[in-house]
Amino acid sequence: MNVLQFIQQNHTEVLELTAEHLWLVGASIALAVLIGIPLGILITRWPVLGKPVLGGANIIQTIPSLALFGFLLPAPWIGARADRLAILALTLYALLPLIRNTYTGIRGVDPAIVEAGRGMGMTDRQLLWQVEFPLALSVIIAGIRVATVLSIGVATIAAAIGAGGLGEYIFRGLAMVNNQVILAGAIPAAGLAILADTSLGWLEKRLAPR
Amino acid sequence: MSDSPNAGPAIQFRNVGYRLNNGTILLRDLNLEVQRGETLVLLGRSGSGKTTTLKLINRLLTQSAGAIYVDGQSLDQWDVIRLRRMIGYVIQEVGLFPHFTVARNIGVVPHIEGWPADRIQQRVAELLQLVGLEPQLAARYPRELSGGQRQRVGVARALAADPAFLLMDEPFGALDPITRAELQREFRALQQRLGKTVVFVTHDLREALLLGTRVALMESGQLIVTLKPGEFMNSSDPMVAAYVDAFKTEVAPAPGGRDEP
Repeated sequence: MNVLQFIQQNHTEVLELTAEHLWLVGASIALAVLIGIPLGILITRWPVLGKPVLGGANIIQTIPSLALFGFLLPAPWIGARADRLAILALTLYALLPLIRNTYTGIRGVDPAIVEAGRGMGMTDRQLLWQVEFPLALSVIIAGIRVATVLSIGVATIAAAIGAGGLGEYIFRGLAMVNNQVILAGAIPAAGLAILADTSLGWLEKRLAPR
Repeated sequence: MSDSPNAGPAIQFRNVGYRLNNGTILLRDLNLEVQRGETLVLLGRSGSGKTTTLKLINRLLTQSAGAIYVDGQSLDQWDVIRLRRMIGYVIQEVGLFPHFTVARNIGVVPHIEGWPADRIQQRVAELLQLVGLEPQLAARYPRELSGGQRQRVGVARALAADPAFLLMDEPFGALDPITRAELQREFRALQQRLGKTVVFVTHDLREALLLGTRVALMESGQLIVTLKPGEFMNSSDPMVAAYVDAFKTEVAPAPGGRDEP
């Protein structure tokens, strides 16, 4: 039996696992956007915070994913359900590209344009939302893109703690020493990653200034 | 905007100094007055302190010594946002917002001042006409304009909320000579009509003499002399004479033509 036949026969399960996968990735990216972009903006306003915030996010990213899932296990409320745990871990992973790209995107805006805005009497808030943020948006989207592709891959490991997703097939296949089953998880996951990469890449290009 | 009740100079520098945190002095003991409705040109080469002087007026920089008065009121008593909104600011073409259309660029200050949309639209149309741009350019983006058109948009943007003051930092510096001459002429005519208080920074003597009511020559962070254009060419001051000399060499026909300054 080849992979396509396997996927065809188990299409309800494949769809279910894909939906779970998307839930893990979607929820964690949404959270990471809500936390990472404000943090990135914050460190453009208080540069003293830049090093600790970026350093912290950097350290989180060096923790092996399986270990991170394990570390979070004892956490109250979060540790009670595997999907919560996985979403938290994935959120933490996604933070670095989001904070870093928000920061570099805003810092990268032409200083002459920022000065023109300031010279015309924009408040800091107006400058941020009318000038800096829109001009940094394509760089920020690039950060979301990197984070999403990364999360789709790492989310397969979440199956190890019972959070579901396409990793289920990969771990099951490994246990059964069955490549078809592994591929039934890996191929849709790779497809999701490519889809996310191209669509966010398109958005990034569309929003690029000039 | 409204006239100030104070009859004194529009802008006044008193013993103003500016130094960087590392101790480098960019401006020392500057005393200067700008009269209402005049165009004061700050002339000098790069690093003479002219742009620094300009940015002190709208508090993009803050002096480290002395005091600056705008409308008779010391700058530290001004609300900086209010101050900047009554001072139009024009810089070289890079200052336009690339993600805004021409109309949105011109309407920036009215927009942040909370004008109703129809009034902004009407004002934008007026200003496009005032600076000699066709109405259909309103929907374009800065990248779709020529250098001269962009600079006109820059002037229109600075005039949008009808400020009493205009600060212009080498606004025509990046333009080709023909376009520059055209904009200089138009700006002079515009200024005669509008009567704004203008501080204009340039290194180009010709531009200074053409546009200035008075010309203030700066060198190494100091004000050398302030003269009317007519007095400038005949001044015995050695610094002025040196500047005029350089200018004369430049306009004298040289074999093989001459270069741009």
